[in-house]
Amino acid sequence: MIKILKYLKPKEWLMAVISLGFIVAQVWLDLKSPEYMAEITTLVQTPGSAMGDIWVAGGMMLLCTLGSLLAAVIVGYYAAVIGSALSRRLRRLLYNRVDSFSMEEINRFTTDSLITRSTNDITQVQMIIAMGLQLVIKAPITATWAITKIAGKGLEWTMATGAAVLIMLITFVLIMYFVMPKFRKMQSLIDNMNRVTRENLTGLRVVRAYNAEDYQEAKFDRANDELTGTQLYTSRAMAIVMPIMTIIMSGISLSVFWIGAYLINAAGAADRLPIFSNMMVFSIYAMQVIMSFMMLMMIFAMLPRATVSAKRICEVLETEATIHDGTRTEGLPGVFGEVTFKNVGFKYPDAAKPVLKDINFTVRQGETIAFIGSTGSGKSTLINLVPRFFDATEGEILVDGVNVKEYKFDALFNKIGYVPQKAVIFKGTVFSNVAYGDNGKGEFTETDVKTAVSIAQGIDIVESMENGYNADVAQGGTNISGGQKQRLAIARAVCRKPEIYIFDDSFSALDYRTDRLLRTMLKEETKGITSMIVAQRIGTIIDADQIIVLDEGKIVGCGKHKDLLKSCEVYKEIAISQLSEEELSEGGVAS
Amino acid sequence: MSGNRTERAPKMRMRGGPIGTEEKAKDFKGTWVKLIKYCKKYIPGIIVSLVIATIGTVFTIIGPDQIGKMTNEIQKVIGVLMATGQTVDVDLSAVTKIAMFLVVIYSLSAILNFLQGYIMATITQTIGRNMRTDISTKINKLPLKYFDKVSFGDILSRVTNDVDAIGQTLNQSISSLVTSVTMFLGSAFMMFVNNWHMALTAIGASLIGFVLLSLIMAKSQKYFKRQQKDLGEVNGHVEEVYSGHNVVKVYNGGKEAGRIFDDVNNRLYDSGWKSQFISGLMMPLMMFVGNLGYVAVCVVGAVLAMNGTIQFGVIAAFMIYIRLFTQPLSQLAQAFQNLQRTAAAGERVFEFYDEPEMDDESGKTEKLTDIKGEIEFRNVRFGYDPDKTIIHDFSSKIEAGKKIAIVGPTGAGKTTIVNLLMRFYELNSGDILIDGVPSTAVSRDNVQEQFGMVLQDTWLFEGTIKENIIYCKDGITDEQVAETCKAVGIDHFISTLPQGYDTVLDDKTSLSQGQKQLVTIARAMIQNAPMTILDEATSSVDTRTEHLVQKAMSNLTKGRTSFVIAHRLSTIKNADLILVMNKGDIIESGTHTELLEKGGFYADLYNSQFEQVS
Repeated sequence: MIKILKYLKPKEWLMAVISLGFIVAQVWLDLKSPEYMAEITTLVQTPGSAMGDIWVAGGMMLLCTLGSLLAAVIVGYYAAVIGSALSRRLRRLLYNRVDSFSMEEINRFTTDSLITRSTNDITQVQMIIAMGLQLVIKAPITATWAITKIAGKGLEWTMATGAAVLIMLITFVLIMYFVMPKFRKMQSLIDNMNRVTRENLTGLRVVRAYNAEDYQEAKFDRANDELTGTQLYTSRAMAIVMPIMTIIMSGISLSVFWIGAYLINAAGAADRLPIFSNMMVFSIYAMQVIMSFMMLMMIFAMLPRATVSAKRICEVLETEATIHDGTRTEGLPGVFGEVTFKNVGFKYPDAAKPVLKDINFTVRQGETIAFIGSTGSGKSTLINLVPRFFDATEGEILVDGVNVKEYKFDALFNKIGYVPQKAVIFKGTVFSNVAYGDNGKGEFTETDVKTAVSIAQGIDIVESMENGYNADVAQGGTNISGGQKQRLAIARAVCRKPEIYIFDDSFSALDYRTDRLLRTMLKEETKGITSMIVAQRIGTIIDADQIIVLDEGKIVGCGKHKDLLKSCEVYKEIAISQLSEEELSEGGVAS
Repeated sequence: MSGNRTERAPKMRMRGGPIGTEEKAKDFKGTWVKLIKYCKKYIPGIIVSLVIATIGTVFTIIGPDQIGKMTNEIQKVIGVLMATGQTVDVDLSAVTKIAMFLVVIYSLSAILNFLQGYIMATITQTIGRNMRTDISTKINKLPLKYFDKVSFGDILSRVTNDVDAIGQTLNQSISSLVTSVTMFLGSAFMMFVNNWHMALTAIGASLIGFVLLSLIMAKSQKYFKRQQKDLGEVNGHVEEVYSGHNVVKVYNGGKEAGRIFDDVNNRLYDSGWKSQFISGLMMPLMMFVGNLGYVAVCVVGAVLAMNGTIQFGVIAAFMIYIRLFTQPLSQLAQAFQNLQRTAAAGERVFEFYDEPEMDDESGKTEKLTDIKGEIEFRNVRFGYDPDKTIIHDFSSKIEAGKKIAIVGPTGAGKTTIVNLLMRFYELNSGDILIDGVPSTAVSRDNVQEQFGMVLQDTWLFEGTIKENIIYCKDGITDEQVAETCKAVGIDHFISTLPQGYDTVLDDKTSLSQGQKQLVTIARAMIQNAPMTILDEATSSVDTRTEHLVQKAMSNLTKGRTSFVIAHRLSTIKNADLILVMNKGDIIESGTHTELLEKGGFYADLYNSQFEQVS
């Protein structure tokens, strides 16, 4: 929590110091007004007091109150500004930090967790800072100041107040000890119930096909009962808190007067009136002491949660990106669209076995290279090394004759048109999704977008939508189908006019027909652009210039379809599972 | 006297959401009527708890009056001292009597308040549990059609957030409504009984303060709304950029995304501090209102006391009354807000309850038993949208034990056939007959019993492998499970796991897609239904594993009527009947050779997968 404070700027520290001044002023005013109260009490008791004196004392009290309000408003203003400014800064820092992360850091935190850290956690911190500034500072000041004021006024009263505070503290500690852990446990129980419900929802068809409704409901009931049990415990326990607080407050008033009666009875004539007015004042101060402690406890109850949030934020801010920018903006002169892997190996940090080993190949401008292999063979990882989602741990990767690590990010990315396995669609329009980003060659024109969409076989998508290219696309593309999303994502890569396409299993979501049409168009319309394709289907890569067969991170075959059928066992196995004997013997070309 | 401030004993707030979220129900009254009906069983309990709350509150109101009397007893002595200079003893027995009475009253009040809190907590949590159970049961009673238009997240949020909100607000709103009104009216009454001059002063001063307060609060609403909106936008943008991080990066979209982020972030800062500031004003303003009343009571009381109209104790009593009087006003405002929130959440929950369920079929007595597996489609017409028929008059007879393949491009509606076979959806007209019995003549459960099903997305739940395989089938022995797994070819893999068949499948266990699929095939085998449906069961499996899955599947379909949906055409060439679908309709049917000879859509589709790009 403290660490978070170092992100405050001097200006905000200054504001905090100013607010501190106002808080002190406020406390002073709050504690001053009971003194006028005492004055009024004395005046009323003394026969022959002037009416005017009472009005004056009353006026002063009102002024104190107004002054206190004013100070509170100013403090509130500063608190709000400081809290919001800090949260804005943290949010931006966090955002920029995540932006700089490579896949390695993102995978380590997971995307969901990073999102929560940038949203909910920051809101938590903002709340505690804004509230804390007002209460954390004010409560102890009020408490100590009020205590010093009452300390001299009667030991018995002070002890009564002390007892009240003690009871409160004990209640608080007991609740923290018995109830707080249950609150923490509750979240996991809610998650559990959510999981069971989600399970039922995602498996609707299976649940019904197996007539397993009762089975699922029994499971849900178990989770539900467990949750309800905990919730009953916590809310019943919390039902005790309010009555205790009320009885402490009522009790302190009562004790002050009760004790007062005895004190006055025992006192001599001269002391009686001062004791009486002290009694009136004391009841107010005692209440203020108790209120301050209550505020403090409230903060303490909130603190653990905010601390966890702060820690989670700091964790991200303290993580350095492992992949750094280079300086080159150009490849070797005259070399375009060429990718070379030289003895490349890759190992995840902490992993025992490398994912990739001894990868060597070169693909030249306009050629198509394909990667195939079973799940876990490392083909996606391999292709992800080119745009530096990860850096190779061994060997080097050259794009246009230059190691990818030497390029400036922008320059490297401008050479690449990348399409992930799961299409990413942004909130906006069809146009903004295709004309996404910046390729260093100026704005994308309408013609660029239209050509790209038609190459990606997306004309029917645009035509089926109400506003054509300006049709709204929801966040995550929830209003278009999976195949449509994939084609838009491919159009985005085409629109970029890169030197190298990278298709990470981008065609599997398309049916054979669309797949074939799309590849034909790509070949015809974007000649001279190198393609790197990760694929599942033999059909997709049958005509590639080079096919690299991967098995457990190693190249086990390299060549054209026909050659590989003869020379590569793994490739043959894959082919057999997809093609029939006669297709194989015909060399894969049917009809 | 505890006068000076209008603090409320702080409620322990465990859920510190963003401040100022206000939700409104479309039909406030209607929802509350439904809610009350729903809670019918608990109404006596609620009434008891409310009566207890009222009594407890009345006790609290009696308190200050007694404190006033006590002060009078003490003040009498001072009065005598000031008037005559004599020191007389305080009537300690009278003071003690009042004090003891107060101790009893306060204790009773605390006990009653706790009791009502306990009862209400129990009732509301029980209602919450029932609501969750009802939602969960409802999920399984709704037709699949419903889930086409509603996202899972939406339903999940009803189970957790909405029910939670109802539980929390119901508890707070009803009881605080009752206690606040009692407190408010009661303290006003007691003030008037004590002294009407001072009562008018106190009430007047407080009301001026509250009018001021409500004016400011009314103005502040727009900032809260703006803050909510801006927060939503920032979160949405963050989510989008983080989850599309790769693409944002490689397309150099980061700069633009950063600009948008700064823009929404700045807007959030602006609306954020404003709404935070305004909600922060609430407390000091409330204090001010209290203090205003307090000062007024002091001054007017002093004047009256000097005139001898009132005794000093009245001032002491009023100082507490003014607090009791102003406190419920802010609580009332909050209670009303809570009522609104309850209604908003309740509306969503009841909306879900009110969705039309599938027809009740308990009246159907006919039952399919020991069927051969003969299926006939007779003049089947169907459309997800009744106005848009997608299957027009389809008829076909399938003999028992045959293999039927359904093919077509993505989005052609292949799954529709499965949906109809399983009666997930009802036909518009025509019949599907199983062994000559229309499937609508028997219960859905009975129809579904006849099929074993393997789907593209392998659905496994958190539980052991054994549980996943047996699922809800009764009377399956461990030997049968092992035997089935051997037949499917996953037996060896399972035995390499640390706990074998008792290995719990959760996020940590990493089964490959193919292994998962094999488990679901084993599940379908254990089911031992006369017919099977395989819906793209191999498309998410890589091709080498597919080989294994294929083998397992042919074991599964042996001797059973089977429906196979596939996108890899080579896997279904040996089917007895191929139904070719496009755009939701069945456009061709026949065997592989027949269809190729015809040279139509199927032939085109089949050839396209091997064609080389020229």
